[in-house]
Amino acid sequence: MSSLKRVKNILPAVLSIAFALMAWQLIVQWTQLPRFILPAPADVWSRFLKALMDGSLLYHTGITLVEIVLGLLVGITFATITGYALAKSRSLEKVLSPYLVASQAIPVVAIAPLLVIWLGDGILSKVVICALIVFFPVLVNTVVGIRAVPSALYDMMHSIRATRLQILMKLEVPASLPVLLGGLRIGATLSVIGAIVGELVDAEQGLGFLLQLGDFQYDTSMVFVAVFMLIALALFLYGVVTLLERKFLKWQA
Amino acid sequence: MSLRVKQRPKNMTNTKPALTVKDLSVVFPESNGQSSPHTGLDVLDRISFQVHPREFICFLGPSGSGKTTLLKVVAGLVQPTSGHVNFMYHHRPKIGMVFQQASLMPWRTVIENIKLPLELEGIGNIKAHNKAREMIRLVGLKGFEDSLPRDLSGGMAQRVGIARALIHDPDLLLLDEPFASLDALTRERMWTELSRIWQAKQKTVIMVTHSINESLFLADRVLVLTQRPGKIKLDVKVELPRPRNDDIRYTPQFGKLARKLREAIE
Ligand SMILES: Nc1ncnc2c1ncn2[C@@H]1O[C@H](COP(=O)(O)OP(=O)(O)O)[C@@H](O)[C@H]1O
Ligand SMILES: [Mg+2]
Repeated sequence: MSSLKRVKNILPAVLSIAFALMAWQLIVQWTQLPRFILPAPADVWSRFLKALMDGSLLYHTGITLVEIVLGLLVGITFATITGYALAKSRSLEKVLSPYLVASQAIPVVAIAPLLVIWLGDGILSKVVICALIVFFPVLVNTVVGIRAVPSALYDMMHSIRATRLQILMKLEVPASLPVLLGGLRIGATLSVIGAIVGELVDAEQGLGFLLQLGDFQYDTSMVFVAVFMLIALALFLYGVVTLLERKFLKWQA
Repeated sequence: MSLRVKQRPKNMTNTKPALTVKDLSVVFPESNGQSSPHTGLDVLDRISFQVHPREFICFLGPSGSGKTTLLKVVAGLVQPTSGHVNFMYHHRPKIGMVFQQASLMPWRTVIENIKLPLELEGIGNIKAHNKAREMIRLVGLKGFEDSLPRDLSGGMAQRVGIARALIHDPDLLLLDEPFASLDALTRERMWTELSRIWQAKQKTVIMVTHSINESLFLADRVLVLTQRPGKIKLDVKVELPRPRNDDIRYTPQFGKLARKLREAIE
């Protein structure tokens, strides 16, 4: 019964994807564009299988995933710690907020080349770019989430002599988790962009590298495969956040 | 034939007070706009009183007279502008507080909310769970153990708050209009329960209420606060026999006290 319901839930998405593929195939047939400009779905599919078989696809996807996950971890760690400190101290907020706002005026794309020069063309520079792009939305949501914890609940915790750590673990974290996970949702999507921006600047590996390689070699099918893998990565991360929300925010529903 | 059920000592003035409040004033900085040091909201004005161990006192007073603020100062949640609060033996007793708004954690079920104080004390989960079940029975919420606060009525939420305030066996109970949102029937049942708990366990209670009946039903002493800034206007002993039940309302003594309090409030 619930599996039938699940089928019903995903049916519209499946239908729309099938429709898009059909439209794509028809456009290729009608326009007769050369394959290096617009490959047909079947070309992309066979390129996908080939890259899958020779192991290159999984390797490069794995590299990008590692960059994203590390970047997310670093970005979230720094953002939540800074956000918590900002939420707790108005004076710290006054000191830091000009820098934070200014930092947001600089698109990460603009400083990505610098970071690659400084940190090399390996994984490190991508992790840092990811972390930077994730930092701000998670920071803002942390501040908003912690500030929104009702003062009545602080009073209640103090009346039973909760320690600072107990207040953090049993009040502040669970109370701000909805907003925090909202920040993570934005951050997860942005982190994919961060990793690719870094790889496009200069890299020997990763989906961004594959993308560029396909571009140079007029292997447009490869470009499509890389783009689809990026979409898959983004969906995967989005799904993980959704699972976390389902698990921890049952009480909200 | 005057073998009454364990009469409490009438004269408690010889014992060391559990709590002494002396010249307590609270001024809140004006929240709307510029706050110069000399303008502010005078909420409590040189309040002094004592509470003896096991005494049950009630504060009556109009809205905004600083009753909640007074309880918060006693609980250590608000710093007084001047004056002080001293406890017996100079250490803060274990406090159970029921707030005017239930103040439950929306992500915790009823039983998890009630368990919280034991959790913070590091008491084992099984023991805490059993104690919480006991409290749930006491406040009449059996069957709602696993409900979330959003599914409770105001009265039910308040009863969860009461159970949470009692579970860790506090020395001092601070009750801020705990029964205001209950229906009349439940409220009177809770009065009886609270009397029973208070008599069975050795608790000192400070309760804030709007209801003259409630204060006379429960308290040893009733203190009336004036309009803001709150000053103590009246401090009367309630020497009605215990255990008190509904019939007490029709005694002349009750009527006299009720009239006295009503006049003081107006
Ligand atoms: N933290 C606070 N900051 C500023 N004003 C406050 C604060 N808490 C209470 N007040 C004000 O103090 C007055 C007394 O409040 P309260 O103690 O809640 O009265 P009561 O419980 O008797 O109704 C009210 O005017 C209220 O607005
Ligand atoms: Mg109040």
